[in-house]
Amino acid sequence: MPTTIDTGDTAWILASSALVLFMTPGLAFFYGGMVRVKSVLNMIMMSAAAMAIVSILWVLYGYSLSFTTDVGHGLLGSRNAAGLIDEMQPSSVISVAVPQVDFSGSTPKGAVDASGAALSVTHYYPTLAFAAFQLMFAIITCALISGAIADRAKFSTWCVFVAIWATVVYFPVAHWVFFFDGGNGGWIADRLKAIDFAGGTAVHINSGAAGLALAIVLGRRKGWRRDPMRPHNVPFVFLGMAMLWFGWFGFNAGSALAAGTPASVVFVNTQTATAAAMVGWLIVERLRDGHFTTLGAASGAVAGLVGITPSCSSVNPMGAIAVGAITGAVCSLAIGLKFKLGLDDSLDVVGVHMFGGLTGTLLIGFLATDKAPAAVNGLFYGGGWDQERRQVIGAFAVMGYSFFATLIIGYILHLVMGFRISEEEELQGIDVSHHAESAYELTNIGAPQARHTIGTHSPVPAYAGGPPPPPPPPGPPANSATGSRVDL
Amino acid sequence: MKLIVAVIKPFKLDDVRTALETFGVHGMTVSEASGYGRQRGHTEVYRGAEYTVDLVPKVRLEVLVDDPDANDVLDVMVKAAQTGKIGDGKAWVIPVETAVRVRTGERDVDAL
Repeated sequence: MPTTIDTGDTAWILASSALVLFMTPGLAFFYGGMVRVKSVLNMIMMSAAAMAIVSILWVLYGYSLSFTTDVGHGLLGSRNAAGLIDEMQPSSVISVAVPQVDFSGSTPKGAVDASGAALSVTHYYPTLAFAAFQLMFAIITCALISGAIADRAKFSTWCVFVAIWATVVYFPVAHWVFFFDGGNGGWIADRLKAIDFAGGTAVHINSGAAGLALAIVLGRRKGWRRDPMRPHNVPFVFLGMAMLWFGWFGFNAGSALAAGTPASVVFVNTQTATAAAMVGWLIVERLRDGHFTTLGAASGAVAGLVGITPSCSSVNPMGAIAVGAITGAVCSLAIGLKFKLGLDDSLDVVGVHMFGGLTGTLLIGFLATDKAPAAVNGLFYGGGWDQERRQVIGAFAVMGYSFFATLIIGYILHLVMGFRISEEEELQGIDVSHHAESAYELTNIGAPQARHTIGTHSPVPAYAGGPPPPPPPPGPPANSATGSRVDL
Repeated sequence: MKLIVAVIKPFKLDDVRTALETFGVHGMTVSEASGYGRQRGHTEVYRGAEYTVDLVPKVRLEVLVDDPDANDVLDVMVKAAQTGKIGDGKAWVIPVETAVRVRTGERDVDAL
């Protein structure tokens, strides 16, 4: 029977893709505000690198490895969709089953056929809408890792790391967790049947464990624990959080891959859990430190978003309050661990994303209810321990794989290219020493002292400490009557 | 001539400026400064990590006056800057050898 794509679903998936992309610059602000003035641009650039590199890899082979027919045991996709050439044809579609509702009685109810089986219609949306949507997940997962290695990672090595990590870790894990193919898909999603609706394992536990590994590979920042490493711009952190929260509706509700009831349930659960987590974090903070902080509110919201990501399809809104409050409290306690362990996970990627993702993933086994779109009962709804067992296996498999694979990639890159900038460059600030830029020009005293060196046709070397560079040789002044014209 | 230097609480700057204006002082130099005295700093908490911020933001005020006015101006300044609480700052007077008005080249008292 000839049919057409569902325009409503397609519109929602495309809009969600844009929402999820918006999260990565949001993350750049979120992280950028938390570092010191001298490394905010590097923090932003690490997210920018993820956007640039992963997008290209995705078209070349990333989508194919993640989301095409399994090559065996649910471990990896094929090379069939490399280049996304065939996938752009109108005939390349993905289907989603949408339950029908029977409005004939006095109250609407789920439609069933004569034998009592639930009736559904099949909606179709273009493969490339799905490919665009999933690309954004790959980008932000890579970008999330950068928070663990703030202020000290060599940018070129980071770029190579992103390319290798996406290929070796993210694409396979996305296949495990997100690829459904009637029982022949990814091993965690389609065979183990652990629930991870929007990426609690594939995105958050994955990036958190990778952050932990890289924090070990790179070591602590100079002066860690001794120097005050205060956030230089807390409003930036809040702005970034706002962008993340906004984009997260695409991340979670978009993962329903249809503009209908599941997306709406997930939307409400996302909002509810995020609010509850903000409250949870702030209460812990008030009890422990005596104050409600803005950074705590922003961190709590992100923790809640992380926690509800895997669980938003399997709990009801009351469960979402529990998921949020528990995740917020757990994460605000978990961020203290790095000081006990002596690990400089600079911006708490482990504390927020690994622990938040783990909490959300494991709570599904307790709080899942079959009234929710995922239709599974957890322990508290009479489902026993069965679902929790699946959740534990899925979560720890991803954590272990990501941690050890990242550790190996990190150490190899550290040996081959060097993953860390020199001590002198680090103390001076990576923005100036590696990017030849500084984030702010706040005084009008320094500005006129900067001289244009356009027209000298030699790249301006980054100032790396020591005596200032000698002045350029005298020549005809630019723009003078005798000098050549300079086009600015 | 004397140079009066005062390091005061930033929010007292307007009071001091108004008081000096009323007294007849027509110019001053103000810069942002940071420091600490007996007040010490304060603590800030970020994600549970506590930082002691030793240096407190202050305003540094400089006024050039003729010798006979120095004590009165100092008094006016101190009175206006006072809150009575710890951290009000310090003021001191330094002898000045020469002053020149850049625009005209006038010297010393004429330059004030």
